[in-house]
Amino acid sequence: MKSDAKVLPAGKINWSNLVKFRELGLAIFIILLCVVINIRNDKFLTWVNISDMFLDTSILSFMALGMMLVIVTRGIDLSVASILALSGMITGFIVIAFPHIHPAFTATIGLLLGIFFGSITGMIISKGGVPPIIATLGMMSVYRGITFIISGGRWVNAYQMPDSFRNMTRNTLFGINNMIVIAIIIYIIFYYFINHTRTGRWIFATGSSPEAARVSGIKIDRILLLVYMIMGGLSGLGGVLWVSRYASAQNDTAAGFELTVISACVLGGVNIAGGSGTVLGVLLGSILIGIINNALPMIRVSPFWKLAIQGLVIIIAVLVNVFIQRDIRRRNTLLRKI
Amino acid sequence: MAGGIISSKKSFNLIRFFLQWEWMLVILIIAVIVVNSIISGNYASINGLMDATMVFLDKSFIVLTMVFIIIMGDIDISVASNIALSSVVMSVTHSAGVNMIASMLIGLLVGAGCGFINGILVSRFKELSAIIVTLATMSIYRGIAYVILGDQVVSDFPDWFSYFGWGYVGNTIIPFMLAAFIFFAIIFALILHKTSFGRRVFAIGNSQESSRFSGIPVERIKLIVFTLTGLMCAVSAIFLTSRLGSSRPNIAQGYELEIIAVVVLGGVSINGGKGRMLGAVLALFVIGLARYAMGLKNIPGQVMIVAIGLLLIFSVMLPNLLKKIKISKIY
Amino acid sequence: MAEGFILEAKGITKYFPGIKALDGIQFNLKRGEIHALMGENGAGKSTFVKIISGVNLPEAGEIFLNGERVILSNPIASREKGIAVIYQNLTSFPDMTVTENIFIGHEIIHKTTKRMLWSKMNARSKELLLLLGSNIDPKSNMGSLSVAEQQMVEIAKALSQDAKIILMDEPTAALTKKESEELYKISLMLKDKGASIIYISHRVEDIYKIADRVTVFRDGKYIGTWNIGDLPQENLIKAMIGREITQLFPKKRVEIGGELLRVENLTKTGTFGDISFTVRKGEILGITGLVGAKRSDVAQALFGMIKIDSGRIFLEGKEVKITSSGRAMDLGIGYLPEDKQKQGLILLWSIVRNITLPTLKKYSIKGWLRENAENLTAGKLAGKLNVKAESVFATVDSLSGGNQQKVVVAKLLSADLKLIILDEPTKGIDVGAKAAIHEIMSSLVEQGFGIIMISSEMPEVLGMSDRVVVMRDGRITAVFNRNEATQEKILEAAMIKTAVQVH
Repeated sequence: MKSDAKVLPAGKINWSNLVKFRELGLAIFIILLCVVINIRNDKFLTWVNISDMFLDTSILSFMALGMMLVIVTRGIDLSVASILALSGMITGFIVIAFPHIHPAFTATIGLLLGIFFGSITGMIISKGGVPPIIATLGMMSVYRGITFIISGGRWVNAYQMPDSFRNMTRNTLFGINNMIVIAIIIYIIFYYFINHTRTGRWIFATGSSPEAARVSGIKIDRILLLVYMIMGGLSGLGGVLWVSRYASAQNDTAAGFELTVISACVLGGVNIAGGSGTVLGVLLGSILIGIINNALPMIRVSPFWKLAIQGLVIIIAVLVNVFIQRDIRRRNTLLRKI
Repeated sequence: MAGGIISSKKSFNLIRFFLQWEWMLVILIIAVIVVNSIISGNYASINGLMDATMVFLDKSFIVLTMVFIIIMGDIDISVASNIALSSVVMSVTHSAGVNMIASMLIGLLVGAGCGFINGILVSRFKELSAIIVTLATMSIYRGIAYVILGDQVVSDFPDWFSYFGWGYVGNTIIPFMLAAFIFFAIIFALILHKTSFGRRVFAIGNSQESSRFSGIPVERIKLIVFTLTGLMCAVSAIFLTSRLGSSRPNIAQGYELEIIAVVVLGGVSINGGKGRMLGAVLALFVIGLARYAMGLKNIPGQVMIVAIGLLLIFSVMLPNLLKKIKISKIY
Repeated sequence: MAEGFILEAKGITKYFPGIKALDGIQFNLKRGEIHALMGENGAGKSTFVKIISGVNLPEAGEIFLNGERVILSNPIASREKGIAVIYQNLTSFPDMTVTENIFIGHEIIHKTTKRMLWSKMNARSKELLLLLGSNIDPKSNMGSLSVAEQQMVEIAKALSQDAKIILMDEPTAALTKKESEELYKISLMLKDKGASIIYISHRVEDIYKIADRVTVFRDGKYIGTWNIGDLPQENLIKAMIGREITQLFPKKRVEIGGELLRVENLTKTGTFGDISFTVRKGEILGITGLVGAKRSDVAQALFGMIKIDSGRIFLEGKEVKITSSGRAMDLGIGYLPEDKQKQGLILLWSIVRNITLPTLKKYSIKGWLRENAENLTAGKLAGKLNVKAESVFATVDSLSGGNQQKVVVAKLLSADLKLIILDEPTKGIDVGAKAAIHEIMSSLVEQGFGIIMISSEMPEVLGMSDRVVVMRDGRITAVFNRNEATQEKILEAAMIKTAVQVH
């Protein structure tokens, strides 16, 4: 027993270092994974496939940002896929009824619908005192059910959609597909919001310590409402893009997608206990999930494995986090002078 | 010094007795039956009601253990996936030539095993909440069912197997499923309210810390409750598979919502520490009979799911809102 | 110094469910003074802090700032009026940086774009920390700092808000001696810069070092205010306790029997090390030290709730491994936790159910509970301890602090124990109940129990213990017999001495 272990001088244990290691580690892992997969199937690292991957992952990537904020506040949102589907369905009908609407307008409608739905969830949680798991489990079914009801069980199909709408996700801006442009814009806005505005920091403060936040004057109710509105908005936007890209709006659109979004966050280092998460981490997590989803059929893994793998990803990522945290704590106590 | 305990006798208050939530549920059951016999005519016969129970009782077995889980302060959203996996394993094993009874036992083992895994993760890793653990296992268990069976169906079961889901006790009009449920319900109700194990579950739900300081083996109890839940999922799987006559990976989709809604409607507090088995059982019948009635009127399942989702949210929200308006505890 | 008080409170009364925490107290603070507020646990000091900081509103009374009547309805209002609190239980954001912790709620932002001006905030944080003599990097994470460093950040936070009135609630409780000295220097420096400080502490030495005046509360009532120079220490203590020390401790002479518990070299890396002592039957072993000495951790290790890394435990001569609280109780070791509400009781439950919780086996046949047996036993125990309640079915949250503690003691008595560990048994309860608990302790040792009593209250430690173990920073620094123990020696061992290997 070393009895006089010196305490390190102030601030020497810098957690941000370990966090940087995590993101670096993720990036390296992604690169290695791509190499390995390409060995199995050399069509993986082709330009066509890579851009396909980015397109497929774009919706996931910005929805994961919204989920990050929710998880940071110690919550969870299981209803995102349902909001996506419902917004997508409603926008689909609007587009059929008014085929000459500019796609930018439709996207905005989707966004606003999503914000509206998200605000309902947010009110239930902040004003109604319902735990997020229960509120979003319930609303998940409600929104999905409403999707079914308003569609009358029918689908909206490609041939019903005006070209302008379908092309929304095919057109490019400066050579980059619109979806990716949208994702980039959202990422830039988020980065600024989270790091350089008070409200952004208050969201993290609320998750880090709700009691301290309250005493500091932060209105937790409003923060919670805000994060679920943001999540809803991003889901709504995702819905419009989804329906445009896959050229159909169905009742079971994006079923199970909420798990994909959550796993992107968890893989990206968002702490499930709340209080911390980074934009870069979420981006890397989304890319990793995108790679896995794209690569599985390429290395001839049957699609039936998808669900199981998703669950395993979550549990492994979460356990790894636990072990890292325990290690950090152990190191901290080892250094204390006793 | 004057003072000290004055009485050791519990007082009986008639008003408080009738203000209990369970009476509200009884009224709701009667209301559902009455309203629907008016609308559908045939509905309110004893025969009809008995048969109606067979439609919704398949998930009832899990309700009994979900009460334990929620009172304990946790939650388990992997139960539906557990049903699917247990059913698939049981069916596939039987298809492969194994005796049906042995296959059923294997199914029970799988169910209990899945519950056991949930329990280990929740109790050994205190940093993980039951929410995230069962969210992950929800995918893993159903995922494995998909890996095993893909999009195929198994429907070759021995004839006697349909007895579970369709049979009656002896010559009576009592469905076997109902009898089995009542049997389990009584057992679990007694365990919850009349044994030291049940008391400890309540203690943990009220304050894990105080329970630990009182010598209660919190981890062990959590493990047992989750494993029992897994076992009852497998029991549910047997009845459901028997009822459907077939098994596939996507059965029992969405069951977790309804099961949790039943428990919460039954008066069990979502924050843990409070609740009665009787309430959950009554709530099960309220929702089950209402669903059955709506089914008779061809209301699509999706609409009912919306109703249940709303019901769940309101059941949790109402006490909170009432508290805010400062109405004192009624139930 | 200008006439008139910067802060004045008159007739403040505050109720909490079942308790009158403050009863018409008064307090005044002169500009630029360090004014100590002292009193036993439960005297009302923390409640007073909560009222001044806006966390709670009093039921009666008035508060004046610079002669003007104010209503401090929430923490922000209080802060805007220049009042800052350094809490005992730090309210900080562990996942955020030091700068963020300092500036939360009053961030420096660009006038038009409203964006956060990090470089300005970081620079100012660095400035403030340097002022306090600390070289903490403002960009480091709050969670990676030690308790002392976090407290420094809290003080920097107060400074960043131009606080004129600073309340320090037990600031040295978790600090080492060197860190405490730093804090004294800072307090004096703050005073020089014109701040007025209300300094709440248990440590009499602190007060005599830096305070100008001292006010004493007792049982929620205002007792008096004195200039430090005019008040000798015994008088201060008398004012805090209210009666002669000797009256409180009905300790009878008891036959001390054979060895009951022997602990050898208990160590948990980073928490405590080389803990060795013995307890004999009929003996009360007092363990004292300042907060942060890790006494509770040692006790909880004996109770199976904390895993030790090395060391051996012998119960009545036989070596045992205590792996869980259940195992500890089976072996005959009981533990009364420090926080009776969060750890000792289930507040929403009745007295019966609380008392019988650890020993449910006794009232059940093969698991089946027999409520009649429960109610009877609980009734007997509660009556024996004189718990004041309407019936055993009353819920525990309706009882006073003293009665709640009695219920926890009853819990222990329901089990078959040999060794009882009491962690701050009389903290936060009224004097009458304190005496009752001490009587119970005495009768227990008369019956041959061994007791380990963890306490921070010097009179209790000196009055009740047969032997006293003093801990500091996770190690034992001294062991005294009853007749050789004095307050000075104990304090010296608790604050100054370095570790000694003792048995």
